[in-house]
Amino acid sequence: MASTTEAPPRKNRVPRRPGDRIFAGVSTGSGVLILVALAGVAVFLVTEAWPALTASAEEIPGGEGLVLYIWPLLFGTLISAVLALVIAVPLAVAIALFITHYAPRSIARALGYIIDLLAAVPSIIFGLWGMNVLAPITVDPASWLSEHLGWIPFFAGPPSSTGRTMFVAILVLAVMVLPIITAVVREAFMQTPQLHQEAALAIGATRWEMIRMAALPFGRSSIIGASMLGLGRALGETMAVAMVLSASGGVSLNLISSDNPPTIAANIALQFPESSGIAINTLIASGLVLFAITLAVNMIARAVINRRKDFDGAN
Amino acid sequence: MSTSLTTPEQDPDLNAPLGGVSLTAGQLPRGAAPATLVAAGLAGLLLWLLADWAIVPCALLAAAAYVVIVYTWSRAVEGPRKATDRFVTAAVSGAFLLALLPLVSVIVTVVSRGVVRFDAEFFSYSMVGVSGEGGGIYHAMMGTLIITGLAALISVPIGMLTAIYLVEYGRGKLAKAITFFVDVMTGIPSIVAGLFAYALFVMIFGPGVRMGFAGAVALSVLMIPTVVRSTEEMLKLVPNELREASYALAVPKWRTIVKVVLPTALAGIATGVTLAIARVIGETAPLLVTAGLTDGDNFDPFEGRMTTLSVFSYYEYQSPGLFAEAAYDRAWGAALVLMIIVMVLNLVARAISKLFAPKTR
Repeated sequence: MASTTEAPPRKNRVPRRPGDRIFAGVSTGSGVLILVALAGVAVFLVTEAWPALTASAEEIPGGEGLVLYIWPLLFGTLISAVLALVIAVPLAVAIALFITHYAPRSIARALGYIIDLLAAVPSIIFGLWGMNVLAPITVDPASWLSEHLGWIPFFAGPPSSTGRTMFVAILVLAVMVLPIITAVVREAFMQTPQLHQEAALAIGATRWEMIRMAALPFGRSSIIGASMLGLGRALGETMAVAMVLSASGGVSLNLISSDNPPTIAANIALQFPESSGIAINTLIASGLVLFAITLAVNMIARAVINRRKDFDGAN
Repeated sequence: MSTSLTTPEQDPDLNAPLGGVSLTAGQLPRGAAPATLVAAGLAGLLLWLLADWAIVPCALLAAAAYVVIVYTWSRAVEGPRKATDRFVTAAVSGAFLLALLPLVSVIVTVVSRGVVRFDAEFFSYSMVGVSGEGGGIYHAMMGTLIITGLAALISVPIGMLTAIYLVEYGRGKLAKAITFFVDVMTGIPSIVAGLFAYALFVMIFGPGVRMGFAGAVALSVLMIPTVVRSTEEMLKLVPNELREASYALAVPKWRTIVKVVLPTALAGIATGVTLAIARVIGETAPLLVTAGLTDGDNFDPFEGRMTTLSVFSYYEYQSPGLFAEAAYDRAWGAALVLMIIVMVLNLVARAISKLFAPKTR
């Protein structure tokens, strides 16, 4: 611990004790350290990515330059995260509604814990489960989809025989972000003013009409914010995608074939241990892109959620 | 609503109560919905057992049949508003059950496949010289404990002190910035945290560096924001009267915090820290990048590669070698150990918050 400072107390003021100064200094220092660390993440990533940013196109793996290296990965990242969200958000809102408004009061807490348990499962286990259990199940439905709905670009086929496709990766991602979205939305629904709900019921609304009139408008910004949080998580999820997705290819909307681009995070995990030199710098550059995107998404999410907090004071 | 005074075509029977209209008119008979559910379930079961269909389409078909029957029946008897209500109830409950499916499936799969390798050798041997069957995860378990322990050692003091700053001292722009960026930090992808630690240690030790401590730094980046958030929530719950009573006795602010505020919030803080540990102990990606993998025991976090459970499981599955079945068994075994650790930590966290919660009376 630092030695006590000797600044004399000013006149007409209660003297601050050395203990107080030290304690205030150390705790403020920790707070500042966090800001420094976050800035450090950005600075170190940029320094390590710099050789790849300045390298000529031939030196980058693939030989076509940094932008063409990252673009398919970025596309894979975005499409998997967004489609996972399309599946997860309606389910999460429904589950949050079930826990707060439909389930019996006595077991609602326990049900909440069960959903939270889903968030506690390590991503490596979702990876193992996805490639061993979920992927084989989807083989038959995927071939049915490509046969009957092949005119939709998502299901163009030809279907992969292992089932380790983008489609399965999206499902696994949806399962993984589900508890995160549910937790935030559930909080918001629980805080719906009791008076609004009772007023709705008193004028003869059914339970669904009460939810539509009172709970959903109250929780709307939370749903948006929670979706963004889930998006941030889905964008950065690494191991589950790296293990489930056995595909390599260019930009493609086709979800059930074996030529999908991997995601940025999964690509780093797969390539990093065997890379060296400029390849490492390239991977770090792609990580920098991921960092920038998740940072932006999270900042928007927090801004949306915090705006609701300010608004809460009016109630 | 508009006036709904309909004039009945016949004169109402004035002698009967309510003009002869039954109290339960316009409602489905009591127990109609559960009965339909049971009937639909039985029909699905029959299809599964007798017609030899797969179980998933049977369950889906039964659920769809229930929704369609109840909706049309209710719409005919009770009107569209009640029918919509019943439809939403069914859909919302169905969504919850649907979410339970992956959870149950994950737990059943990991337990049934992981329990194969639960023998003494698995927990007491490392992987030195093992190429076929046998081998163990002793080195990986120790590595996980060391790296996670170091991460906790770094994150808990920094996280708690930051939370104390935010609640007790923080005013103005700095506090606002810290709150906001701690929130943002919660969303840093784990692989980016790993790359950060790697980049940091490359500057100090040169390219290709792998060590357990770098993994601990990466995990700290992920752990600090959770510790800050949970500690902050708990400190905010400490009643201001306690602080004021302490000040009134001329106790300095720092002693008030250490002796009054922290003990009151301790149970909640311990819960938060345990949950934060549970969150990072299963991380794979940052350790893959920073700590790497080794077959033997390495318990020195500042020197050389260090295996953790999750990375071990990943490599056993990704590059199983010649004796694939044995490697797969080890991968599932390590995954099961990891899941048990995480679940136990979660239960411990709940137990702490139950047992040591401050007595209100």
